Amino acid sequence: MVSFTLNSKRVTVEADPSTPLLWVVRDHVGLTGTKYGCGAGLCGACTVHLDGVAVRACQTQASSVEGRTVVTIEGLAENASHPLQKAWIAEQVPQCGYCQSGQIMKAAELLKSNPRPSRAQIVEHMDGNICRCGTYNRIIAAIQRASREA
Amino acid sequence: MTMIDTNISRRSVLAGLSGMTFCLALGTDGARLVSDAEANTLANAHITPWVRIAPDGTITIYTAGAEMGQGSMTSLPLIVSEEMDADWSKVVLEWAPADEKVYGYKNPFADNRLMWIVGSRAVQLYYPDLRMAGAQVRKVLLMNAAQKWGVDAGSLKTEPSVVINPANGTRLSYGEIATFGTIPATLPAVDPKELKARKDFRLIGKPMPRRDVPAKVNGTAQYAIDVKLPGMVYASTLHSPVHSAGPGIWDPGKQEQHAEPEKWNDAEVKALKGVIDVVKLSNGLAVVADHFETAKAGRDALKVTWKKAKADGYNSDRALDDYVRIHADPNAQTQTLEAKGDVKAAFAGAAKTYHAEFRSDYGYHAQMEPLNAVVRISEDGRSAEVWEGSQAPDESRKAVAKALGLANEQVTFNQCYLGGGFGRRSLGDYAAECATIAKAVKRPVKLIWTREEDIAQGMFRPQSFQCLEAATDASGKVTGWKHCVVGDGEFLLITGIKIPYYGVPNQHIERRGVSHGVKLKHWRAVGHVFNTFAIESLVDQMAVDQGIDPIAFRIERMGLVPKGRKVFEKVAEMSDWNAKRPDGRALGISITERSGSLGAGVVEISLDRASGKIRVHKVWVAVDGGVIVQPESARHNVESAIIYGLSSVLHERVSIKDGAVEQSNFHDYNLMRMSDVPEELHVQFVDVDTRPTGLGEIGNPFIGAAISNAFFRLTGKRLPHLPFTPERVKEVLKA
Repeated sequence: MVSFTLNSKRVTVEADPSTPLLWVVRDHVGLTGTKYGCGAGLCGACTVHLDGVAVRACQTQASSVEGRTVVTIEGLAENASHPLQKAWIAEQVPQCGYCQSGQIMKAAELLKSNPRPSRAQIVEHMDGNICRCGTYNRIIAAIQRASREA
Repeated sequence: MTMIDTNISRRSVLAGLSGMTFCLALGTDGARLVSDAEANTLANAHITPWVRIAPDGTITIYTAGAEMGQGSMTSLPLIVSEEMDADWSKVVLEWAPADEKVYGYKNPFADNRLMWIVGSRAVQLYYPDLRMAGAQVRKVLLMNAAQKWGVDAGSLKTEPSVVINPANGTRLSYGEIATFGTIPATLPAVDPKELKARKDFRLIGKPMPRRDVPAKVNGTAQYAIDVKLPGMVYASTLHSPVHSAGPGIWDPGKQEQHAEPEKWNDAEVKALKGVIDVVKLSNGLAVVADHFETAKAGRDALKVTWKKAKADGYNSDRALDDYVRIHADPNAQTQTLEAKGDVKAAFAGAAKTYHAEFRSDYGYHAQMEPLNAVVRISEDGRSAEVWEGSQAPDESRKAVAKALGLANEQVTFNQCYLGGGFGRRSLGDYAAECATIAKAVKRPVKLIWTREEDIAQGMFRPQSFQCLEAATDASGKVTGWKHCVVGDGEFLLITGIKIPYYGVPNQHIERRGVSHGVKLKHWRAVGHVFNTFAIESLVDQMAVDQGIDPIAFRIERMGLVPKGRKVFEKVAEMSDWNAKRPDGRALGISITERSGSLGAGVVEISLDRASGKIRVHKVWVAVDGGVIVQPESARHNVESAIIYGLSSVLHERVSIKDGAVEQSNFHDYNLMRMSDVPEELHVQFVDVDTRPTGLGEIGNPFIGAAISNAFFRLTGKRLPHLPFTPERVKEVLKA
């Protein structure tokens, strides 16, 4: 059994402590915006915030989030109103869309600590998140737009 | 449970509401629009609603455009709406049912209909039928308004979702007409001349936002992997690591193409926590458990002895060497693909001949969403439902029906968003596998392939060896052309090998086939990747040898068609082709062709000689794709293929040793990341009024040759083997 705060709500889940947070969030709780891509911490599709820090949910054991705060794409902002989410629509970033929850969560971590990142800082921060459709240049444009408009 | 997000409504919306429904009916001449009344007279006809107008003005349109990021889900109903003159803001989309006889496009290669969203076909092949369908609906609305007002329908016009009488300014909205309108027994015919002229388009060619985007930024977009059913259990599979495929695309229907499990630690795995069952499949085992993590733990604990497989002992590097011998063997079996003029005479009388050889490795789709499906079988076993993100819902439905011994009509297919397709998601093999598991455990099942499984069971772009020869006459004109490709994969190997864009009078193009037992499949532009690379590398080699600008060489000495000349001239202008580049940078150029579209691309590269790393800084592509239905999304589609192409050409390599794929995840199958992406991508479409052609893959084929040709300008050396990994680049530099 694991208890933690998920998107501002206290949740208690009957899962083995070794269960990856990814499956706790997706299957046990039912929030499916966080995606399974590689299961090995290599692609970033499962990126969520743990106490405000972007982590790979597939590499985070349920036991390690006990009592802590997890935010997923569903809880990033009310009504998808985060400047990044608006910028993602304005720049028409997603194609297949599968990696984009992870991209947005990773980008949100950046803007929180660095509201005006340079292009190089964006690239460095986002380099661990794979987008197979190759939307990288629009991701950069959307982060820059969110940075301007926030 | 609800399956549909905010932008695509539930099919039930169509049922039991008042308003007008336009039906698509299957006749002897294929599908066409009919009215309700006529539909009722069509004995045993298969009738399904296509467009519905509700009294509140909401227009519901089915979309057959499987959505994997390319935008077809939006563009197909947009085409209907254009000719209907619908108010796009009032249009809601629903997935078309998986019934190809009604919702398919006409197969260009056979006398049937298909829903396969492959080969960049969606807009290209649905365009004429959907325009006609939209125009017919508009005509019916006009007729109803005319009748109500007692005027001639020909005197009326429409604005988005409104019929207007210009004589007195009176207006009737489509929603209002729906409250009293009737549909004539025979729908009015539409002459193609009555379709809108391009200048009158309100939607086509305008920057329209894609309908799927909002759901993809807030986590609500529904992929099959997200589906959850009451009582559902999870399955994780382990397949034979060695493939047993026949030639061509893997045929899961053939038992000899499966390597069966012989012995495994059944009791040990079944005793694991959460494990419900271990199901034997024709080519693997499925561990079924209460959760995915327990199913996967069971899968990871499997110890299996496999029966003999066709690819046992296969080594892909060795095979490439064998290909060279097959090419040299005068008795090798050969399929002639093109025989034009007198090649022998052209070479015998040549002023000069050229020769080049190339190799390419296997490529993996690497779609971000690992393959998965959900299947629920009814208690009586007489019907089933499947949830999948499929490029070919019709094929998937068939595959599931076959696996369960049901008729196609007994299977309901629920389309989901595709987390990438690239040609892999059109076989329904994993949906059928899920159905087999669901039948065995008598519970709804979600099957998810691990990433490791997704790679090990990949269906790859085939590897190849190619030998090309060209002959020129005294004036430098290319008079003879020979191209031989050797490899597995039959027709997958030969896409893009012909050169209809060049006017070379004497040509011989052939394939020499082998079969290794490795699963192969369509892959974003498949054969174009290595064939265009080889063709355009040799073209550049000749241009350099003759000391002529490569664009001029194509026009003057290869008889480049006018359509090709236009795209080369455009890309030259876009890239400022003749301008000097900074030191250490060079440009390379290549033609690109796929699915009826023709283009030209330029790359600007630099090279780190110490590491062997090629960096692509800028890319320019000019494309003739006919009328562009959604310019923004079309441009994004081409950009996507550019990155996909760059990634494959610079980074991606599948190798097979002792019959098994050596790569297992994204640490050793390297995909392009943000830090390697060009700083600039420029895509432009030639302004033409011809029928749309395919755009999903056109951004890909030119990449290999453009980079290699730029590399030659930097180093004086050519890159003969795809991908251009740093190790290979260093070898070339040393040689």
